[in-house]
Amino acid sequence: MATDTLPIRPAPGALDISGITLREYGRLEKLVGPDWYRILVGLFTNPLSIAGMVIILCFLLVAAFAPVLAPPLEGANPYKILRDGFSPQPKPPGTEWKVRSPEVPGWYQLLTGKDKWVHLMGTSSGQWDIYYGIIWGTRTALWTGVLITAVTLCIGVLVGSFAAYYGGRVDDVLMRITEIFMAFPFFLAAITLSAALASEYGKTIWVPTAALVAFGWMTYARVVRGDILTVKERDYVTAARVIGAKDARIVLRHILPNAVFPTLVLASLDIGTYVTAFAALSFLGVGTEVGYADWGQIISFARSWILSLDTHWYIIVFPGAALIFFGLGWNLVGDALRDILDPKLRGVRG
Amino acid sequence: MIAYIIRRLMLLPITVVGVTILIFGMLQLLSPVERSALYVRDIPHTEGALDATIRRYGLNDPFVVQYWRWLVGRADPVTGETVGGVLRGDLGYSRTGNQDVIDLLLHRLPATVELALWSIVPIIGVGIWLGVQAAVNHNKLIDQVARIFSIVGYSFPSFVFGLLVLLIFYARLEWFPPGRLTDWASQIVQSDAFTRYTQLNTVDALLNGRLDIFADALRHMVLPVLTLSYIQWALLLKITRSAMLEALRQDYVTTARAKGLAERDVINRHARPNALIPVATVSGLTIVGLLNGVVFTETIFNYPGIGSAAADAAVSLDVLTVLGFVLFTATLLIVTNLVVDVMYAFLDPRVRLS
Repeated sequence: MATDTLPIRPAPGALDISGITLREYGRLEKLVGPDWYRILVGLFTNPLSIAGMVIILCFLLVAAFAPVLAPPLEGANPYKILRDGFSPQPKPPGTEWKVRSPEVPGWYQLLTGKDKWVHLMGTSSGQWDIYYGIIWGTRTALWTGVLITAVTLCIGVLVGSFAAYYGGRVDDVLMRITEIFMAFPFFLAAITLSAALASEYGKTIWVPTAALVAFGWMTYARVVRGDILTVKERDYVTAARVIGAKDARIVLRHILPNAVFPTLVLASLDIGTYVTAFAALSFLGVGTEVGYADWGQIISFARSWILSLDTHWYIIVFPGAALIFFGLGWNLVGDALRDILDPKLRGVRG
Repeated sequence: MIAYIIRRLMLLPITVVGVTILIFGMLQLLSPVERSALYVRDIPHTEGALDATIRRYGLNDPFVVQYWRWLVGRADPVTGETVGGVLRGDLGYSRTGNQDVIDLLLHRLPATVELALWSIVPIIGVGIWLGVQAAVNHNKLIDQVARIFSIVGYSFPSFVFGLLVLLIFYARLEWFPPGRLTDWASQIVQSDAFTRYTQLNTVDALLNGRLDIFADALRHMVLPVLTLSYIQWALLLKITRSAMLEALRQDYVTTARAKGLAERDVINRHARPNALIPVATVSGLTIVGLLNGVVFTETIFNYPGIGSAAADAAVSLDVLTVLGFVLFTATLLIVTNLVVDVMYAFLDPRVRLS
């Protein structure tokens, strides 16, 4: 008889676990749950992601203390870079401030003992103060980055969940539209839309923001759609439907939290990419108006000095470094997070 | 397989029509005055002439009517000759290029093609080769260097990279010049003695047997090629590395080793071909990256291709020229993606058979 050949299993109660030590749950692990705990441990044990987080923290501090680091002129819009006259010749770092100098910050007087404010990083042509632009540009970078990421994500999640939840013709139409938007090279489409918007509404901070949002949401929509399709047929969704929950409730309370959490976490780190793209638009001249505190804007001042860059290196080196470190910070954290969240790599130290 | 290709081909027109609608939609953001450059060379300035132009070309007509006209063109009500029509190759007049958009693009295209072709050499050489080496020597020095290089490279915005490269190698060290050719070489190239077979300087120089011109053209290409391609090295390096790591863990690699093959054969014949399948699928992304990149690279290095034409146009908000460029790149991208998908099906039997 076949049953005779089967090994006899011990009853569950008799299972021998004497050789296994159960892991103690720490207080933090109890507090945030096992998933978050795994992510946090992953992030704080990887030297690269720690470096990334430190870099991001520095930028947050600079943004928070911008009025102290680079005092604005009283009554003026602080996001307008201060200028010291109008001469076309850039001035090197350390040049003394001549016209309409803002209040000299206390820390500078303490450190150097001088009571005259200087151009710490020089001026570009037109005498825009590079240091001021970089400090206040940090605020611009952070809030445009957060705004663009948040809005693109919302659109992506909305389109993706509509397509996946309703399926059929809705799915077909929405995905065709997504594909059409994806047929454009992202950045080139953003340049075009920026140029078109700017020629009608003038150059403002909203123009590049809108352009990047318009061509940024598609990947999220596709990923969210795929995520939802995998959890849509789960038993708990059917159960929710059986007890008569409304569509919106099922999507918001049951499907989205289970399906898109990893997508959201990963996407939040696209801030670095969007800030770089924003700066690139400004560099090309279809971004913010001239003189707005924005890193790309400062670098674009270098365009007319390309042949004498060795004397005017400070126009690109300082804002360039800000952009590079900003992107690097988010990429370092993002890379580590991707490894943590990727189920294929779980347990493998790549 | 054939059904798959047919299905892809049937979806193609939908995408193309969608793309043209989207481009035309962006065009409609412009005021009728700006849009009149679709049909006339000089945008009228007086109010009466303006109204006449708008009425003459129906620039305030319904969206659908204007879209159709934009696609196929229309007979000019006064002269009777057909004007406009994207399908006829008429993309309007480029204010910044002082010629028709299509002529501007065609005139500048060879320079960009040459730049892109030369960029493929380091992309494959550095990206794929280093990616394979990094995976084979997992966690050794070369792997760590490659990883750091790829993440740092990926974080470098290309316009900042280009300007820094220019600062160091052109302004400081004076190793490489910007532009496309030195004056003496450009005089020879434009003279009758030099036949322009392909409009690509390096290729033509070789065909004409002028090694000095070839060297000069190549010297001008070094910095732009570096700027255009390094992000792609980083991207391909990352993808090749992880695909190769994955492939090296597969059973067939163990089998190959177990039957006593030399490690070199295991890597070159068994692991690498399989690892290159995902790499092939991102070649579409590489094309996009190069197209995005030419805008900055050509602007920074004053290199006369279609990218710098688009950038110049963007700065002075000459939207028609930018739109022409985007229409061109979108078409190129759609074709590339189609080719990549079909190629993928050929490369991967799992897709081919399903």
